Amino acid sequence: MALWEAVLELADDHLVLGHRVSEWCGHAPMLEEDLAMPNMALDLIGTARTLYDHAGALEGAGRDENRLAYFRDERAYVNCLLVERPNGDFAQTMLRQLYFAAFMEPYWRQALHSSDAVIAGVAGKAVKEMAYHIRHAGEWVIRLGDGTEESARRMQSAVRALHGYTGELFEAGADAGGVLPDRAALRGDWDRVIGEVFAEAGLRQPDGVPMQSGGRRGLHGEGLGHLLAEMQSLARAHPGAVW
Amino acid sequence: MYSQGLIGADGRTDEAPEFLEAFQKRIDAEEKIEPMDAMPEGYRRTLIRQIGQHAHSEIVGMLPEGNWITRAPSLKRKAALLAKVQDEGGHGLYLYAAAETLGVSRDQMTEELLSGKAKYSSIFNYPTLSWADIGTIGWLVDGAAIMNQIPLCRCSFGPYARAMIRVCKEESFHQRQGYEIVMTLARGTPEQKAMAQDSLNRWWWPSLMMFGPHDAESQHSDQNMKWKIKRFSNDELRQKFIDATVPQAQFLGLSVPDPDLTWNEEKGGYDHGPIDWDEFWRVVKGGGVMNRDRIEARQKAWDDGAWVREAALAHAEKRRARKLAAE
Ligand SMILES: [Fe+2]
Ligand SMILES: [Fe+2]
Repeated sequence: MALWEAVLELADDHLVLGHRVSEWCGHAPMLEEDLAMPNMALDLIGTARTLYDHAGALEGAGRDENRLAYFRDERAYVNCLLVERPNGDFAQTMLRQLYFAAFMEPYWRQALHSSDAVIAGVAGKAVKEMAYHIRHAGEWVIRLGDGTEESARRMQSAVRALHGYTGELFEAGADAGGVLPDRAALRGDWDRVIGEVFAEAGLRQPDGVPMQSGGRRGLHGEGLGHLLAEMQSLARAHPGAVW
Repeated sequence: MYSQGLIGADGRTDEAPEFLEAFQKRIDAEEKIEPMDAMPEGYRRTLIRQIGQHAHSEIVGMLPEGNWITRAPSLKRKAALLAKVQDEGGHGLYLYAAAETLGVSRDQMTEELLSGKAKYSSIFNYPTLSWADIGTIGWLVDGAAIMNQIPLCRCSFGPYARAMIRVCKEESFHQRQGYEIVMTLARGTPEQKAMAQDSLNRWWWPSLMMFGPHDAESQHSDQNMKWKIKRFSNDELRQKFIDATVPQAQFLGLSVPDPDLTWNEEKGGYDHGPIDWDEFWRVVKGGGVMNRDRIEARQKAWDDGAWVREAALAHAEKRRARKLAAE
């Protein structure tokens, strides 16, 4: 059974998105966001750490969180494509956060009842964090969609840029043997949250955007390699060192 | 992080002698001055300048450390560094709020930072060139900040004193965390130890400069001492810092890059070699390696964020109008 690989997918989603959000630190549009974005990044990285630890233990090959995060190449990363998308402007970053959180919140709600105690434990904490991310990012999507002409245009173009990466969220990955929620079943919850936010923001789901997929098989865009090169550079320059 | 010995404060004031005397009596009685209280213009001006410089230092200080968030060598260090940089932003926020009680807005202060009119601590005009710098900054720069800020917890201006109490707790956590990073490196591989030593070599002197010019060259210091905006002189604080830090370096097996450093039994403290004040003034006046990049980064964040801030205002306005229409 490949439960550890399914947990690894989840861990990679959280680390890669947490890393992307952390790239904003010190460069946000206002001081309040310079505080809110590291908060979100910390939530995501904290969850990733527990999940890597767990994946390593389930695998049983002695890999710890740092081994898994810092010593795998992009072909071995199994995050979905949405989370690796570049930050773009603030509209794109907030929409990416909303898309992800609106998927993870019902995911963790289901996972509260997982037969795996570690997963159920993570779910208890993460479900509240994702509800906060939906609120925070959702409010921004509404403000920007229903703000000025420029912000509405940027928000709608973020939707066009990211929409094609939402289908993959619901695709099955490694077989978790029923220990993790069925992704496809979360579609209704996700549609409802996104629908409500978009209605208030005056945004439309675009038609005819082809859906992308491949992350769960290590088939990524070109951006992930650069993200990993940066993230892993120091750890790999000193293999075996303790930090 | 922190504000350096205040640069270019102008404490001149021209109120009536009776008013100044009554104000001084309150200060001497250790009463806290609150925002709505009458205060000499020079006192208000000095505080706006000092709190503003301090707030800007916290904000600009996010940049050198932010430089390593995406390259932190373990997930635990990455999370701790993110949290630390976030704390510094939080310090900036309380400090801007404290300055706002004196009648200056955050936007106004930001414009002054970007135009170069307002200063920030010069230490942040040095680059972070290795991971060890993240440890060294926590150990030395947050350490120096604590030396400066502990006395500010008793500053005569209430909102500033209260902000400092909260900030100092976090700074001392940063200092311990930084020291622990350096200790891990000093006990690590030969390359890690060399990284730690190189970092100490680069940050030692700039850290001593954080306390500001020698007392003999420091203008307006007397008035600030009298008003209890400042409670110890630059040289006194610098001495305390050296005496506390040298044994910490020795404990790590790192050498302090000052050949003249010697223990002086008589004064019960260290004597140190000459500080390069030409370098200090060069960096204060904009000639440091990173001065231009730091302000450009802040300017870019400000400019790139303009449409977001405008949209937030426009949306709030639309909401208000819709609510009114519905009533
Ligand atoms: Fe600080
Ligand atoms: Fe600090």
